[in-house]
Amino acid sequence: MREPAWRTDFPVATGDERMVTRRQFSRFLLLTSLGMFVGNLWILVRSRFRRSAAYPELRVARVADVPVQGVKLFHYPGPDDPCLLIRTAEDTFVAYGQKCTHLSCAVLPKVAEGKLHCPCHEGWFAIDDGRVLQGPPPRPLPRVVLERRGEELFAVRIEGA
Amino acid sequence: MKSRRRDAIDGALALLSVLLVVQMWLLTAALEADLAGHHEAALPGAVLSGLLFAACVALGLLAERVHARHD
Repeated sequence: MREPAWRTDFPVATGDERMVTRRQFSRFLLLTSLGMFVGNLWILVRSRFRRSAAYPELRVARVADVPVQGVKLFHYPGPDDPCLLIRTAEDTFVAYGQKCTHLSCAVLPKVAEGKLHCPCHEGWFAIDDGRVLQGPPPRPLPRVVLERRGEELFAVRIEGA
Repeated sequence: MKSRRRDAIDGALALLSVLLVVQMWLLTAALEADLAGHHEAALPGAVLSGLLFAACVALGLLAERVHARHD
């Protein structure tokens, strides 16, 4: 049987058409590498031109409202940002964002143990500074900076957000 | 000779893939550090990523040159 003329003119088998050649593959790798480089450049530009966010001041609690080893939930800087105010000693207050830095589950204070616990994936944070003690969280908890004015506590900004 | 050329191209592609994996790790590490507030990590990350990209381009050109000889 004689081959049709078009097959002589275009001698490419369908299987070959779908095959990725080494040349195409190397170009694909190069393009991906360029993408990674551009991503790193974007992070660099973002970090250089980052404006420090302006945080509102918020009255969080009266000192007398929170007993030693007591906890108060508040929202800062927005209504969708739950935070924990913890009184670790008579004159020591700390506050952290409540969203775990792993997958945003709510962390629970274990004040007696000096830790904050994320029950979703067993992440543990230090109550003193929010650093990761154990588990999958990649970063410390964002710390709410507090100011004591007389008998009142104010949230003034967030560090590590 | 043909088989040696193909081996050279395959080697270059394998090395390219390894460099790409390193670059992916670098991107995630730089992003993670930036989100954690360590902005000083962004510059070395970008420089290193640029060097890796340059190495990838060099390997790609090498593979292309061997290809051209093969053709």
